[in-house]
Amino acid sequence: MLKQIFSNQLSLGLAQALVATVLALAVMGLARKRQIHLERDIIIALIRGIVQIVAVGSILVLLLRGPRWTSVFVLAAMMAAAAATSARRAKGIPGAFGVSFYSIAFGAGLVIVLMTWAGAIDTAITSLIPVGSMLIANSMNTNSLTLNRFRSEVEAHTGLIETALALGAGSKQTVSPYVQASFQASLIPAIDSLRSLGIVWIPGLMTGMLLSGSKPIYAAIYQFVILSMIFSASGLTSLVSTLLIRTHAFSPAEQLTLRPSVKATR
Amino acid sequence: MKGKDPGRPAPWILETKHLSRMVSGKRLVDDISIQVERGDVVAVVGPSASGKSSFLRLVNRLDEPTAGTVYLEGEDYRDIPPRELRRQVSMMTQTAFLFPGTVADNLRFGPRQRGKDLSEESIAALLNQVGLADQARSDVSHLSGGEAQRVSLARALANSPLVLLLDEPTSALDDSSKQEVESLILRVVKQNALTCLMVTHDLAQASRVAGRILILKAGKITRMGSTKEILHAETNLQ
Repeated sequence: MLKQIFSNQLSLGLAQALVATVLALAVMGLARKRQIHLERDIIIALIRGIVQIVAVGSILVLLLRGPRWTSVFVLAAMMAAAAATSARRAKGIPGAFGVSFYSIAFGAGLVIVLMTWAGAIDTAITSLIPVGSMLIANSMNTNSLTLNRFRSEVEAHTGLIETALALGAGSKQTVSPYVQASFQASLIPAIDSLRSLGIVWIPGLMTGMLLSGSKPIYAAIYQFVILSMIFSASGLTSLVSTLLIRTHAFSPAEQLTLRPSVKATR
Repeated sequence: MKGKDPGRPAPWILETKHLSRMVSGKRLVDDISIQVERGDVVAVVGPSASGKSSFLRLVNRLDEPTAGTVYLEGEDYRDIPPRELRRQVSMMTQTAFLFPGTVADNLRFGPRQRGKDLSEESIAALLNQVGLADQARSDVSHLSGGEAQRVSLARALANSPLVLLLDEPTSALDDSSKQEVESLILRVVKQNALTCLMVTHDLAQASRVAGRILILKAGKITRMGSTKEILHAETNLQ
């Protein structure tokens, strides 16, 4: 319907964005009727989303004309932004930004480097930045899930952890079951994506490749490659994140510093 | 001052010197200095939020003092590796917090941290002391509150501590279990001639268990003396 009204691509895009926004606001209205107040979060997220993606789109137009090495800086900036976003989900965890940055940089960075070296990711900016950003975004989500789950687990088991410490256990050992639980939980989305590939969803990249004239079988296989890379990047990110966070949860004297709040004195 | 003073004998098994902890501008523990002799049972009594548990956590070094320190047999506890310190100063908490598994698994936990495997005989002896002689293989999820506290006491004793810290060990129990666990603690402490710091909000319980009483208010010591002296002073106040 919109295509019949708007012949100009920019106007069509704005109209489509408007329709999508109205739908999101309708969902917000439904949530509000059920006393779930997400207005502020949803409106800010919608505004941020459109401003950020349009800004990035504009920058990409400039970058695509630049030399290939500029993609390294773009990906590094994306990692820093991803770490900042992820760290906000980890309130109360000391050094959350550092943990997030090192984990995402290691997880996504290593996979990008290895797969570019192997030839699975093209070094052209038009390929490296979109694929790299997918890996970084998924690593960010995994890192957020890891930190969030770890904090919840530790807060729910403070008594057991401190009892183990009080009996002479090492700090790493006391949180080891919660590290495992956080790692497993954080990888559920990546595993489910791989598991349901082609059955539940056909990802955007494959659709794009098909639209741009790639052979369907190659587009399908490459989508599998992308999701496998996402799984590897997510796994590495969560691994580093859990390794780092368990040291950040304790003081040098093996005291649990990640606690719900300082308990009232009794 | 850090380290063991070679010229200084260590008459006290445990000594706190100006021990303090401040969090977000609030003094939880304020300048507590006490000496505890070997075999002493000292009760730390006070109302809610008086800093009793915070004080005990500092002695076990689960929290870090913001001023002052603790000497264990004359040695500054900051010079003792935390794991070794916590073995020597064992703690029993208000809630038992048993690890999933059997009663025996829980008793083995402490010694296993330093590579020692507690023998079946030692487990039986410990469980016998706390009145759970035939429960070694019982799953902890099937225990009552009183039984769980007994296991918690046996688990703390399995570390052969120099000092036993008891943080309101009966306050989460029903009245009948409370009496049983209190009598048990009294018996075990006497049998093993244990040095003990026990936190309680109940002065009557303190007078039944301890030889000395320390009264805390807003993190500070307001009164300290023999049980007789404290009871006399508190009775006169009323």
